[in-house]
Amino acid sequence: MQPYAKRADVSLAAHGEVRGIGMSPTVLSAENITVAFGGFIAVNGMNLALRQHELHFLIGPNGAGKTTMLDVICGKTKPGAGRVLLGDGLEITRKRDYEIAGLGVGRKFQAPSIFPNLSVKENLELTVDSDRSVLRALKVRRNRCTTFEMKKVLELIGLPDRLHVRAGSLSHGEKQWLEIGMLLLQKPRLLLLDEPVAGMTDEETMKTGELLQSIAKDCSVVVVEHDMEFVRSFAAKVTVMHEGKLLKEGSMQEIQRDPLVAEVYLGKRRVANAQAAGH
Amino acid sequence: MVLKWLTGNPGGRSKRILWSAVLLLMCLAPLFTTPFRLGLITKFLALAILAVGLDLIWGYGGILSLGHGVFFGLGAYAMAMYLKLDASGSALPDFMGWSGAASLPWFWEPFRSFPAALILGMLLPALLALILGFFTFRNRIVGVYFTILTQALVMIVVTLFVGKQEWTGGTNGITGYSSILGFNLNAPSTKIGLYFITLAALAGAYILCRRIVNSRVGQVLEASRDGENRVRFLGFDPSRYKTFAFAVSGGLAGLAGMLFVLQVGIISPSMMGIVPSIEMVLWVALGGRGTLIGAIIGAVLLNAAKTGISEAYPEGWLLVLGALFVIVVVLMPKGLTGLWSKAASSLSKRGGTVHAAVRKES
Repeated sequence: MQPYAKRADVSLAAHGEVRGIGMSPTVLSAENITVAFGGFIAVNGMNLALRQHELHFLIGPNGAGKTTMLDVICGKTKPGAGRVLLGDGLEITRKRDYEIAGLGVGRKFQAPSIFPNLSVKENLELTVDSDRSVLRALKVRRNRCTTFEMKKVLELIGLPDRLHVRAGSLSHGEKQWLEIGMLLLQKPRLLLLDEPVAGMTDEETMKTGELLQSIAKDCSVVVVEHDMEFVRSFAAKVTVMHEGKLLKEGSMQEIQRDPLVAEVYLGKRRVANAQAAGH
Repeated sequence: MVLKWLTGNPGGRSKRILWSAVLLLMCLAPLFTTPFRLGLITKFLALAILAVGLDLIWGYGGILSLGHGVFFGLGAYAMAMYLKLDASGSALPDFMGWSGAASLPWFWEPFRSFPAALILGMLLPALLALILGFFTFRNRIVGVYFTILTQALVMIVVTLFVGKQEWTGGTNGITGYSSILGFNLNAPSTKIGLYFITLAALAGAYILCRRIVNSRVGQVLEASRDGENRVRFLGFDPSRYKTFAFAVSGGLAGLAGMLFVLQVGIISPSMMGIVPSIEMVLWVALGGRGTLIGAIIGAVLLNAAKTGISEAYPEGWLLVLGALFVIVVVLMPKGLTGLWSKAASSLSKRGGTVHAAVRKES
């Protein structure tokens, strides 16, 4: 058994049941989102409400529209129909991607996308400014002293001694953590992560899960994930998507008990089994 | 005080001594050269201003422009128009008469004034770069597509300048002037004055670009060169930063053009065409991009070589240029400064200190 899976029951008890599906205020809601690429409908009338302090997992078979949903929220893809609202009622559906980022929606892509030619410190530095205009940027010198917040984040992502290392020479896992750290320094209200543990060792996966849990104390976190063991270990709330639609939402235990979800995930195997039994 | 300045920062001390020595030598140059050679050096320094600006966008922003000839040309024409009007006095510039123009076109009027010409010579190219950058970067036209667009810009502007003979002097360009503000351009004293002005302009351009590179703007530029998406999702709008850098680069090219005309005494469309534009990129590539100082070295060395080789073998230069292009691309991707730092690091390695400077992306 994978080491982090052992802790599954503990964390489920702590997060899944006790405060998982609480009624904390909504951070962002997506209503009736539809996205079509040419003739293919990737997302079809999807609704999603994200609450504060929630570690929310988005799962589903390949092509269910999970990543597209994240793209819509962060402004990378514009939906054909529907709207995205922030908790305070501000509509961000038509805003540009960098404006949405400025409003506190952080996006982590699947592949690590840090700046390989800058040092770890400079990577983090880029995220701390509150004003992103060119004129102000002209006045700020790069490579200033390390702020208290940067130290805190470095501690959190476990890279305090790698401050002056060129980011390109970090390991895969460290790059992913650095990117998460960069997003944290933006003080986001919502963090969107696309398969953050893909390609990580068990130990790194464990560490990432704990990192996400501690981040969720301060903001809402949405994770698209395929690694079911990981979801089982850390999810407070799970949304299952299938063919661009919402299939089921609830705690991991509820999801696992649901026959419809099992059908979607195991459907083909069942049909195959049935056929095998029939012969 | 000088001592304190020299010893203030032990890391940068040797660098500062080197810089002071180079600057001192440059200031003493008029003592050792003939006015003709001094004019040549001034010309190289003027072109180096353009190279610094080109390095700002190419070396740091990753934006390859093959259209800097246009910005250079606009600056050069601005200065030439002033000189021509000054030389013609109250009469119409001679080429306008030959082309059948009856009166001075309205847009020539501002160039009667020297300050106006000086400002427009930098402002017009910066503005053109700003407009081009605004529309292309905002629509996320990057890489080779942007480069092709800049080539198209060269084609359009050169065709326009050749076609509108009564306004621009056509293929012949604008020439036939020999004084500026009452100083004879060919007099040795003027030459020395212009040399120092050009040297100061180059130092100013270098300091400006160095400051930009050392500020957050440089950091964002480098970051968007490596991962534009990430920059955008950090809340920065990379197109604004690129447009700004491109406009600065265009303005510096204009400044270079103005100082160039004062040395050469002529500007024609062939000097701002596609071949010169590509040559400019080669200066930066040979010197080493992303260093600023490399651009200066490359511009001065290549232009000196061009002059030297053309004097000895008039046909030889293009062959050398082609060969250099191949050598730089294949053997020295980081240019001369790259070779220098490689040699320096291998020397210090022999001395015992081992730097694990891995610049290669895994």
